[in-house]
Amino acid sequence: MSRTRDRSSSVSAGSTLRDGFAVLGVAIRREPWIFTVSTLGSLLFGALTVADAWVLGWSTDHVVLPAFETGEVGWGGLVAVLALFLGVAILRAVGIVARRLGAGVMQYRMQAHYRRDVTRQYLRLPMSWHQKHPTGQLLSNANADVEAAWAPIAPLPMAVGTVAMMVIAVLQMLLTDLVMALVGLLVFPAVILANLVFQRLQSPLMTRAQALRAEVSEVAHESFDGAQVVKTLGREQEETERFARKAHQLRDTNIKAGHVRAFFDPALEALPNLGVLAVLAVGVQRVLHGQADPGDVVTIGYLLTIVAFPIRSLGWLLGEFPRSVVGFRRVSAVLAATGEMQYGAAAPERGRPGALLEVDDLAYRYDDGPPLLEGVTFDAEPGRTVAVVGATASGKSTLTSLLVRLVDPRDGAVRLDGTDLRALAPGALAAHVALVPQQAFLFDDTVRGNVALGADVPDEDVWAALRTAQADGFVAALPDGLDTRLGERGTSLSGGQRQRLSLARALVRRPRLLIMDDATSAVDPEVEARILAALRGTPGQEGSTVLVVAYRKATIALADQVVYLRDGRVADQGTHAELLDRSPGYAHLVNAYEVEHPDEQAEVSR
Amino acid sequence: MSTTLDTGEEIGAWQTIRRGIEFSPELREGIGGTFAFAVLSTLGRVVVPIAVQQTLDRGLGAAGEPDLSFMGWMATLAGAAILVTAVASYFMTARLFTAAERGLATLRIKAFRHVHDLPLLTQNTERRGALVSRVTSDVDQVSQFLIFGGLIAVVSVGQIAIATVVMLFYSWQLTLVVWICFLPLFLSLRYFQRKLSAAYGIVRQQVGVMLSAISEPVVGAATVRSYAIEDRTQERIDGAIDRYKQASTKAQGLTAFSFSLGGVSAGLANAGVLIFGVLLGVDGTITAGEVLAFAFLVTLFVGPVQMGTQVLTDAQNAIAGWRRVIGILDTPADVVDPGAAGEVLPKGAVAIRFEDVTFAYPGGRPVLHDVDLDIAPNTRVAVVGETGSGKTTLAKLLTRLMDPTSGVVRLDGVDLRTVPFSSLRDRVVMVPQEGFLFDSTLRANALYGKLDATDEDIVAAATELGLADWLDTLPRGLDTPVGQRGESLSAGERQLAALIRAHLADPDLLVLDEATSAVDPALEMRIGRALERLTRGRTSVTIAHRMSTAENADEVVVVDKGRIVQRGPHAALLVEGGVYGRLHASWIAQQSLL
Ligand SMILES: Nc1ncnc2c1ncn2[C@@H]1O[C@H](COP(=O)(O)OP(=O)(O)OP(=O)(O)O)[C@@H](O)[C@H]1O
Ligand SMILES: Nc1ncnc2c1ncn2[C@@H]1O[C@H](COP(=O)(O)OP(=O)(O)OP(=O)(O)O)[C@@H](O)[C@H]1O
Ligand SMILES: [Mg+2]
Repeated sequence: MSRTRDRSSSVSAGSTLRDGFAVLGVAIRREPWIFTVSTLGSLLFGALTVADAWVLGWSTDHVVLPAFETGEVGWGGLVAVLALFLGVAILRAVGIVARRLGAGVMQYRMQAHYRRDVTRQYLRLPMSWHQKHPTGQLLSNANADVEAAWAPIAPLPMAVGTVAMMVIAVLQMLLTDLVMALVGLLVFPAVILANLVFQRLQSPLMTRAQALRAEVSEVAHESFDGAQVVKTLGREQEETERFARKAHQLRDTNIKAGHVRAFFDPALEALPNLGVLAVLAVGVQRVLHGQADPGDVVTIGYLLTIVAFPIRSLGWLLGEFPRSVVGFRRVSAVLAATGEMQYGAAAPERGRPGALLEVDDLAYRYDDGPPLLEGVTFDAEPGRTVAVVGATASGKSTLTSLLVRLVDPRDGAVRLDGTDLRALAPGALAAHVALVPQQAFLFDDTVRGNVALGADVPDEDVWAALRTAQADGFVAALPDGLDTRLGERGTSLSGGQRQRLSLARALVRRPRLLIMDDATSAVDPEVEARILAALRGTPGQEGSTVLVVAYRKATIALADQVVYLRDGRVADQGTHAELLDRSPGYAHLVNAYEVEHPDEQAEVSR
Repeated sequence: MSTTLDTGEEIGAWQTIRRGIEFSPELREGIGGTFAFAVLSTLGRVVVPIAVQQTLDRGLGAAGEPDLSFMGWMATLAGAAILVTAVASYFMTARLFTAAERGLATLRIKAFRHVHDLPLLTQNTERRGALVSRVTSDVDQVSQFLIFGGLIAVVSVGQIAIATVVMLFYSWQLTLVVWICFLPLFLSLRYFQRKLSAAYGIVRQQVGVMLSAISEPVVGAATVRSYAIEDRTQERIDGAIDRYKQASTKAQGLTAFSFSLGGVSAGLANAGVLIFGVLLGVDGTITAGEVLAFAFLVTLFVGPVQMGTQVLTDAQNAIAGWRRVIGILDTPADVVDPGAAGEVLPKGAVAIRFEDVTFAYPGGRPVLHDVDLDIAPNTRVAVVGETGSGKTTLAKLLTRLMDPTSGVVRLDGVDLRTVPFSSLRDRVVMVPQEGFLFDSTLRANALYGKLDATDEDIVAAATELGLADWLDTLPRGLDTPVGQRGESLSAGERQLAALIRAHLADPDLLVLDEATSAVDPALEMRIGRALERLTRGRTSVTIAHRMSTAENADEVVVVDKGRIVQRGPHAALLVEGGVYGRLHASWIAQQSLL
């Protein structure tokens, strides 16, 4: 079910390290100032840690020892001690706040940038892409993956800040005694080697863990989405097992990764200490041979222990790399996805009230499916009503999605007032055409928000649309009227009520072409007749063009023209009466409710 | 009836941890061993620097000639300590990872299961994204804390205690000074902890909100596109993303600030020790050497204190996540499964009885009023009524997706609330208004109806429903992928799949809520006839807008504004007129040409 599994699990360790730095580079380039502030904070912190030792030394020499020697308390000195220690401590606190807050702000800002970019991409990518990517996966991309990608930012300023400390210490070592320093510095290649091993072991595990995180989220999202089905069929246990399988896989992968980490962390801690022992061994020989002073050994030993901390903080940083790189790759895959629709610049005027719709030799098939529509050709003249009739799965909904350009045809064209839909500017189509889909989708918003969808529509118009869709009654009865929040996907409404709101949403825009995909099954026929009448305008005056997918004869009868779809082609078109006359399949389909003679069934097959 | 999830706000940090461990007993398993390794590695960490320092100072520093044998011993000791520390750390961390991940997997699964046990209404009110975040990212937060935080906190407290004892050995007065200097920090920790806890509570909540905001346009992709409201949608998402960012930044600011307080206290303590050391020294109570040694000891005290405060502050995020997961588990499942204590329904057609049933959605007016209804076994009942009249609500009460606000629903005379779910779901199946399918194959979806069904069973079920030709038209047959929520099928096909699934379950009471509303008339009539045959020997309740269903039913129940206003066979009701007469007339009107 996870069609987005990573293929990149066998990346080499070197590239993880390189990519990890590259990811950080992206962050630093994007937020240079905050990075600078937090690094300065870290440097301040480091400097003041050194200053602390100095203050202690100074106090000892100038205040404590003299006081003990003279046996007298110098109050001025004591105040100075207090002031110095507090001053250093407060400045150091400032450093800490700058470092931690800076790192946090940088991390959260990067997360926000990428979450915006990813969701922009979700909005830009075509329907076909969405159909291949489960919601749970997309949620995980925007959440867990983005979070993983920028996790190394937290230890970054600390690591950068301590690099300065490390450089100074290393220089001092080199100046003290070259041979011992070189022995001590062997710690560095050892650390790098340990790191490479770590990255090599960890990367595939992290790739898998992030993919599994997405799968866990996918199962959870789907299962909660279908909770009612799970309940009514009593499948809670099986669903739990399905979830548990993924959760256990994630657990096992995390445990494996944990063991690798458990090995790596102590190794990183031990290496500098081992370095000290090595320096001792060499140092003693050199002292015995008179090539070095004992003091040099001591100095280099201490310097190495000082270096230990930066190495650890670098280790924390590098430890985050595998997860970060994997997360970043998964996010980048979304950002790199292409296939978004290309738009033209045409933005037709609202001209006459009804639009002219031309469907010209349209062909369509879903990605891996057989041809679904072929050579579909028909026109809807301005102000006319066209009914599209066809058996279940004959491609009616697919046709409507082509008409509002949710997908582009494989062949042929759809034209609005003579302009190919593909030549229209973004948003231009929606200004003229409204689709009422077969299944109403409501947003977690108020009634008003759901009808107006952000357009600047006065309340009277909203109410008028609700009235036409026969939704005014129940909306008025809602506790806050238009301001009532409907909950996710409008769960607090009945199915028919949702459908009516979805209708009102289309009506309020006064579209020049209204497309209704079997959207009135829950609406009384008189209401439907009224809607159509309202759209058609008064006699002698042109109204909107309407295309309805319908089965009801009353609806069909209102149409000026019927397009009968069968086997992906327009089997026939004309008026209802004409089709009844000459198309037995059509007659069977629309007359089914009327006569129930079993023998009629054999007469025509679907 | 509670429809919102427990936020767990009321329970404190310690209680959260305690209850969290109760839910995940794995966390306790082998904790003794892990702790032993922790102590060992801590000891090692203390010994290593001392041994190294001793080697350098005494070995080398010892007047002129290095003391080789002493150095050899010390170096061996240091090497051994390094090795022991590394090995002990490895085992400690590995065991922590294992215990934490195992415990959290259990917690995740328990929470997931509990979401399914929650009443439908609670599931519906809570946003899906927020529910998902509780079993995903909230749990992930806890894992970080458990592995790196929990033990460090314990070890730090131990180190603080040891440091205090050692300091007392040198000078109780100066020890007191150190503690007094740190007292404001310790006292303020509780305050900060509360503030942080609130701040991170908001952070975790915002994650859920953000996920919901992100999921909506993904699920409603078609609507967003066809109305070209991408900008507005993006604004809403951006808003949620920003709010999460702000909440996180605020929490981080608090964390940084409270953490920095430790450093200030340390400065104060250092100064205090020197100042009071001088004062005491002038009295002759303490020597200069002792004061300086004590100043060194303070660092042993400060280190773990800072470590501890850091862990404590970082822990708040984890605890906030933990609390939310526990919050799910604490939300009562109001529609309770009586389990083994219940009364199992015997096989065979079901009799239905509603006694004075009233139902109101939480916080709303009643949508069903004093419904009394008696349906004999083996009856095919059609329920008709206008939109919003309460038909679906009736069906949900009948299948115990909800319990009545007052009154009783009985099947075969047994109060539904006393029927174990296993028996109920076995005998009563509903095909809901929206045919939800799982993102898998047609076969896998059919198996939701009957786990051990073979392909032949599925095809047989389809054939009985008159849907064999439909299956034949699918190039990949039962292997056809249905897509998310079934969206790679047409709306009508989705309903066909849901019907097959329900038929495979072979219930004694079949409840169909507009189950064929999107199917074309010819096919619908065919299914109708098939169902007529198949529901012989069972009871069926069918909600439909198309009156053809009512015409063929044994009995019609007419619902209007939450009341049953008419009931009886179609012919009789037609004569009676009333609401039914109106509905039927309008149906006739839509089937004829105007
Ligand atoms: N979860 C909910 N919370 C609050 N009110 C609800 C909820 N679900 C339904 N309602 C309200 O209860 C009333 C009855 O709804 P119900 O779904 O039973 O109607 P229905 O007769 O099945 O309608 P339809 O024919 O449109 O499916 C409606 O007014 C609806 O707004
Ligand atoms: N996203 C998709 N991927 C692959 N196949 C699809 C997809 N959507 C629809 N189909 C297939 O295309 C065919 C036509 O579907 P469509 O929804 O257009 O039919 P319809 O005429 O609207 O049917 P209904 O009356 O049931 O709504 C069906 O066989 C369906 O399985
Ligand atoms: Mg359709």
